[in-house]
Amino acid sequence: MIAAFRIPGAGRLKQAETTRFSFDGQSYAGVEGDTLASALLANGVHLVGRSFKYHRPRGFLSAGAEEPNALVEIKRDSARKTPNVRATVQELYDGLTAQSQNRWPSLSFDVSALGDIASPLLSAGFYYKTFMWPKSAWKNFYEPKIRAAAGLGVAPDQPDPDHYSARFAHCDVLVLGGGAAGIAAALAAAETGVRVILADEQADFGGSLHFESGARIDGQDGFAWAQAAIATLNAMDNVRVLSRTTAFGYYAQNFVGLVERVSDHLQNPGRDLPRERLWQVRAKRVVLATGAIERHMVFADNDRPGIMLASAARTYLNHYGVAVGRNVGIYTANDSAYAAAIDLKKAGVGVAAIVDLRDNPTGSVIDEARALGIEVNFGRAVIRAGGKLRVSSMTVQPKNGGGERTIPVDAILMSAGWTPSVHLFSQSRGKVAFNDETKRFVPGAYAQDCVSVGACNGTDGLSATIDEAYAAGAKAAKDAGANTVKGTKPKVDASESWSRGMLGAAPGAGPDTTVKAFVDFQNDVTAKDIRQAVHEGMRSIEHVKRFTTNGMATDQGKTSNMHGLAIAAETLGKPIPQVGLTTFRAPYTPVTFGSIVGHARGKLFDPTRKTAIHPWAEAQGAVFEDVGQWKRAWYFPKAGEDMHAAVDRECVTVRKTAGLFDASTLGKIEVVGPDAAKFMELLYTNPWEKLEPGRCRYGIMLREDGFIYDDGVVGRLAADRFHVTTTTGGAPRVMNHMEDYLQTEFPHLNVWLTSTTEQWAVIAVQGPKSRDIIAPLVEGIDMSDGALPHMSVREGRICGVPTRLFRMSFTGERGFEVNVPADYGQAVWDALWAEGQKHGACAYGTETMHVLRAEKGYIIVGQDTDGTVTPNDAGLDWAVGKKKTDFVGIRGMARPDLVAKGRKHLVGLKTKDPKVVLEEGAQIVGDPKQAIPMTMIGHVTSSYWSENCGRSIALALVAGGRDRMGETLYVPMPNGTIEVEVTGMVFFDEKGERLNG
Amino acid sequence: MLLIRCPYCEEERPELEFRNAGEAHIARSADMAATSDDDFEKFFFIRSNPKGIIYERWRHMHGCARFFNAVRDTVSDRFLMTYKAGEPKPANLPGAAK
Repeated sequence: MIAAFRIPGAGRLKQAETTRFSFDGQSYAGVEGDTLASALLANGVHLVGRSFKYHRPRGFLSAGAEEPNALVEIKRDSARKTPNVRATVQELYDGLTAQSQNRWPSLSFDVSALGDIASPLLSAGFYYKTFMWPKSAWKNFYEPKIRAAAGLGVAPDQPDPDHYSARFAHCDVLVLGGGAAGIAAALAAAETGVRVILADEQADFGGSLHFESGARIDGQDGFAWAQAAIATLNAMDNVRVLSRTTAFGYYAQNFVGLVERVSDHLQNPGRDLPRERLWQVRAKRVVLATGAIERHMVFADNDRPGIMLASAARTYLNHYGVAVGRNVGIYTANDSAYAAAIDLKKAGVGVAAIVDLRDNPTGSVIDEARALGIEVNFGRAVIRAGGKLRVSSMTVQPKNGGGERTIPVDAILMSAGWTPSVHLFSQSRGKVAFNDETKRFVPGAYAQDCVSVGACNGTDGLSATIDEAYAAGAKAAKDAGANTVKGTKPKVDASESWSRGMLGAAPGAGPDTTVKAFVDFQNDVTAKDIRQAVHEGMRSIEHVKRFTTNGMATDQGKTSNMHGLAIAAETLGKPIPQVGLTTFRAPYTPVTFGSIVGHARGKLFDPTRKTAIHPWAEAQGAVFEDVGQWKRAWYFPKAGEDMHAAVDRECVTVRKTAGLFDASTLGKIEVVGPDAAKFMELLYTNPWEKLEPGRCRYGIMLREDGFIYDDGVVGRLAADRFHVTTTTGGAPRVMNHMEDYLQTEFPHLNVWLTSTTEQWAVIAVQGPKSRDIIAPLVEGIDMSDGALPHMSVREGRICGVPTRLFRMSFTGERGFEVNVPADYGQAVWDALWAEGQKHGACAYGTETMHVLRAEKGYIIVGQDTDGTVTPNDAGLDWAVGKKKTDFVGIRGMARPDLVAKGRKHLVGLKTKDPKVVLEEGAQIVGDPKQAIPMTMIGHVTSSYWSENCGRSIALALVAGGRDRMGETLYVPMPNGTIEVEVTGMVFFDEKGERLNG
Repeated sequence: MLLIRCPYCEEERPELEFRNAGEAHIARSADMAATSDDDFEKFFFIRSNPKGIIYERWRHMHGCARFFNAVRDTVSDRFLMTYKAGEPKPANLPGAAK
């Protein structure tokens, strides 16, 4: 059965091919090729939404992407709920389910519409003025209430099950907009053989040819010509044609972001199709053919359902075969709305009257309308619309006042003129220029290699548009390197011409009125709001915009910006260009997070780095922690153990027998070359020239400002080769820091740097039995204390594979770090583990590593230091070469503030109650009885329970800390103040005898 | 996304491959330890932060890994030219006249 407002034979859709859909639970029939909007209109449904602030009933304003009102939720399943979909853009598919938004309990009866009656309280800037105090009420009362009452759709509450793809593309000529201008430009460019991409946001190309019934090109109907031209372009190897693709952002150097909606229009998208595809296109030349958007008339109650743009009504009729009413009124300030009246009249729709604000316009469309018997009124205004859920009448008055006359209508089609779509041009950083004669902003100075053609360039008329676009397409191709090939320019046989129109509020909505004449439908901004903003002191259009929120909704003011600007200019008594246009920003239309994120979600969001020994630790039931991108074994709980029990056991076992620790994540850099030692001298505070090959040294790296940047043990393998280790998290930046100095400050040094972090698996074997565990597996290295003393390194073999064997300790016990090529990491670990088992060794994780090093007062850069700690602050003066004349940080370290008295020193803290473990980050004060806010003199940097010491231990940065040994300080906490004693940093084996134990 | 010409690779590559490394032509003193407080302040803390032409360092991080210098207009983000580290500040800038 054909829907009530579908006109048999009208439009381009095959009316026999019906499809079912539902809106707010009601089932309807549509036709294949419909949008949700055209299908609803075919069924006589105009009321589709409630407005953002006043909850006023709203219908369709447009037939395209500029739609501010008809936002609905499309629901495919429980996870696939898309809010704020413009019904004018959503293509219909069988079974589509849509719901209206921002209404309760129902669309036709919305309790919050009381807000409309109480609207004097909700005028522009009401947030700032009405809800000011008490302060706490904003957070607890006003904001939640306002947010609940005002709003758009509801965000989905489940993870997005769809996938999104992304592509990069390069082309010679990118044409944005696929109306007559874009197609002509693309044809001209494509005929030269250069690579062309043509994109348009709609399902079908043609732009305004969708509705311009008067256009004929190359002997055929304009829309048919467009389809034929697209078929030609599609058949060319050098052309890519993208429909349903919106250019949303124009960035530097002709880099344009486009989103292609791949499957939102399909009934069953299928798992193999992405929902959307992001195109990142780099073009040598860009042709902007983005057209123009019709403006509405600003008059009282111009938002009633049934009131829409004249071009939209034409689109619904001429493309979709749908009449937007049975008795329509026209309100216009230019010629183009006449064409709507003529088309509708010819299709058998009643046209009550044309109300034209102009005094005595002349032209063929006016004559034609009259000839068809349509009543035409000049010099009159529609001062008010009647009806609530649907427009029922328009009240007409001479524009300078006089008798009113109310004409019953069921739709009002309006046109205040056309606004060139300069959004992308403006995003390209081009400067728009105001044409005073035509009252519109058009592209002025260009900032990039692009050109605007057609309506977006202010070019009127189809012939002129095609001439301009074809020439521009050919020139763009030539500029991009084409050898000129002569094509055939499309020939325009008939076209429509539109004259200008008006900006701002129409009569009846002037400064002396309090009517609701909407400028911005989506944000409920009226002409009165904009005047009020000016009266309250806003002078710049940017301020007016923010105060009223005009143009700040998801439609970004596509229909409202020019009206808002004109009203502000009029109220300010300034010409429009002096008030200025607000900046156009990306995105042109809303873009989903999914399309921007693409595949970079979940596991693909960020790389996860795992060591060679990771699977073993996983199998042992280790608990992991994230350290940068690395997964590190945190502790190895045995059955029934919690974290504390496991860590206590691991700590005791290491000091009693031995422990194995996966230290593979340590950053490693190979510093090689004849000048390697000189380079090390400059990058680290320590002296390196005299370090003998085979020996190691703890190195400190500073930034030029004198603060600690990184640390690590460095082994000298040969006169010209250092094995440098860095902190796990610091490896990439240390490498960058070294490369920076080597390439730019010390390029005379002959040195090579290579990151070897992932080449070496590192197994730390620590504890009194460590040598016994390793020795049976090692070949070619004398493991005696005399031959391999603490802080030395040897190359040899372990388990038959090459090793760099370090004798070093981050626990204070006799210790080794076995470096083997990463591929052998697991096998060598297995062998060491088997040996370790014979001695009762355990595997330990990062938590135990932290506790054991804190027991010895070894710092962790980034935990015990924070980027404002000098070597002296950290008690590491001994590691700074006193005789050195240069190293990075030598001068910074000597700055007055860095050598001043009273700096924070790293010290130990012991709680008076040994069972109390301090909180890391807790603040320290000298006098707990002082008034709040207290003077903080430091903070706790590391704090643990030490099973080996039988008490808690902590490290802290405390002002003048080394001069406070034995002093009692206080750590105020929510549950009471904790007394602490300042101590040295070493809590266990102060003499360091166990290194050789 | 900007396109940046690496003077070592002699190719224009997308910005993703590069990392900015701050202002260029700020030489580290050969006698660092003897630098006065004022000079150290100028060297370490003070940057020109111009509106317009800036000379800055970039690193072709995910390419040849070399540091190089670039002249960029901070208003338009346009790169006027790039050149190798150690080369002098260019006297004539292409396209900078307007």
